[in-house]
Amino acid sequence: MDQFLQTFKDGIAIGSLYALIALGYTMVYGILKFINFAHSDVVVLGAWLSLVIARQAEAAMGWGAVGTASGAAPWWFGGVVLVAAMLLCGVLGFAIERLAYKPLRKAPRLNVLITAIGVSLLLQNSGQLPAFFGTKPKSIPPLVPDTVLFSIGQVQFRVLDFAVVGTALLFMIGLDWLVFRTKVGRAMRAVSHSPTNAGLMGIPVDRVISFTFVLGSMLAATGGFLWALKYTQVKQPADTSWTLLGLKAFVAAVVGGIGNIRGAMLGGLTIGMLEQFGSAYLRSSLADVYVFGLLILVLLFRPGGILGSAAVDKV
Amino acid sequence: MAGADPQTPPMLEVRGLDVHYGAIQALHDLSLSVKKGQIVTLIGCNGAGKTTTLRAISGIVRPSGGGVFYEGASITAAPPYRLVRMGIAHSPEGRGIFSNLSVSENLDLGAYARSDHDEIARDRERSLTLFPRVRERLKQNAGTLSGGEQQMLAIARALMARPRLLLLDEPSLGLAPQIVQTIFKIIREINERGTTILLVEQNAHMALKVAHYAYVLEVGRIAMADEAAVLEKSDAVRKAYLGVG
Repeated sequence: MDQFLQTFKDGIAIGSLYALIALGYTMVYGILKFINFAHSDVVVLGAWLSLVIARQAEAAMGWGAVGTASGAAPWWFGGVVLVAAMLLCGVLGFAIERLAYKPLRKAPRLNVLITAIGVSLLLQNSGQLPAFFGTKPKSIPPLVPDTVLFSIGQVQFRVLDFAVVGTALLFMIGLDWLVFRTKVGRAMRAVSHSPTNAGLMGIPVDRVISFTFVLGSMLAATGGFLWALKYTQVKQPADTSWTLLGLKAFVAAVVGGIGNIRGAMLGGLTIGMLEQFGSAYLRSSLADVYVFGLLILVLLFRPGGILGSAAVDKV
Repeated sequence: MAGADPQTPPMLEVRGLDVHYGAIQALHDLSLSVKKGQIVTLIGCNGAGKTTTLRAISGIVRPSGGGVFYEGASITAAPPYRLVRMGIAHSPEGRGIFSNLSVSENLDLGAYARSDHDEIARDRERSLTLFPRVRERLKQNAGTLSGGEQQMLAIARALMARPRLLLLDEPSLGLAPQIVQTIFKIIREINERGTTILLVEQNAHMALKVAHYAYVLEVGRIAMADEAAVLEKSDAVRKAYLGVG
């Protein structure tokens, strides 16, 4: 029972991070029909920016770590770090779209895809420069107290657990509301169906596309921030753990149904659970195999994804 | 006939328009004008360039030569979304329904550029009164509508922009004769309430009946232009487009 509960808890936590990142892939795909491979690098940037901002601000204010007795950073400091990282990543997302993808709006999709890989490599490698983050792992100062709130059996529930899952869920609910209940969300869905006809409705299509990138990048930043918070240590930008995180989030988007926002959330949680339960009850060294195995199964038997419609590519 | 005064400049004027798709020239030196208050129709066969003309007017395709002028100002390079704000609504070929959205959401998109909420609500009511079939289906997904209902939704949605000039691309396409009758009756009604209309049609018979002025398009060039009533009686048009004589 303890093992089940622990695994379930871990699955929700990691799954909600996958979901958060998957949303960025799926939103961009929904609107521009290409996979933004640079998305996972924005996640990395979000983690690193959070780390740098937290360290600098704590040094400047003379604060100690959150949860320590005297002179500790206030409880809302983590929120400020998150918002700052989101804003910076949002600006970067905007710039990537304007500089790299917008000039290719009428080019074949493959060109855009190759450009996305290029942007990804640029971010990964420039991130390793000593002027930016370097190649050594660093740890983020704790921004959320690590106090145990309650225990069920041997399983401890900490403030950090709730902060990670709560923030992720809050952002997902917020995004769902934005896309399905607001005017700008309606415009996003219209552009995703047909940019040309959306323009005829008076929708400034380019602005909606920019908005989508900014939104996706902000969610990526949140993913990176929460990842850093959960695992404390932040690896260098080109580390394989980041690549794997990006890939799994992408798998989550495909499994849920690429282009489908609720699908991305469901896919993320599915992947997270599968990975955790597979590792706990079967063999932990095969965690990645379960995830990519599910991808293969989905592509074979339900290529549109769990919530996706049967993919008939309209010509 | 309304707006026949030669002194008033036309509401919409297309001057010497050339459009190329790659190496193929779709429109050759095409000129036409639409007078305020009228229904002007552009008839012609499949592939004559009717849709291309509308797409060039509303900025979806970039002309390689010539210009488009609306109320005296050039709108030649303006992006489509700007035109909506200037009072031009374009109901596109194939109706342009967003099948991933509800009927109600489709309707609201027509008023995307507006923020006068009370007036939008009034226009919505007016559109729905004009098309009671659309009202019955507001909650449904727009993709589940029949062809005729989709066409009604497309026109109702275009009206939500409160356009002064309405561009209609083949509203009769693929519809049963009875529904075509209904739609043309409504087109005339919209015009009588003061909206100028540029109507692209393959159904020359219906189009000439409802229009004040007509242009006949043949392989990217204007072949004939005259009062609709005159063209309707001309032998060339009767033979080629009305299937008589």
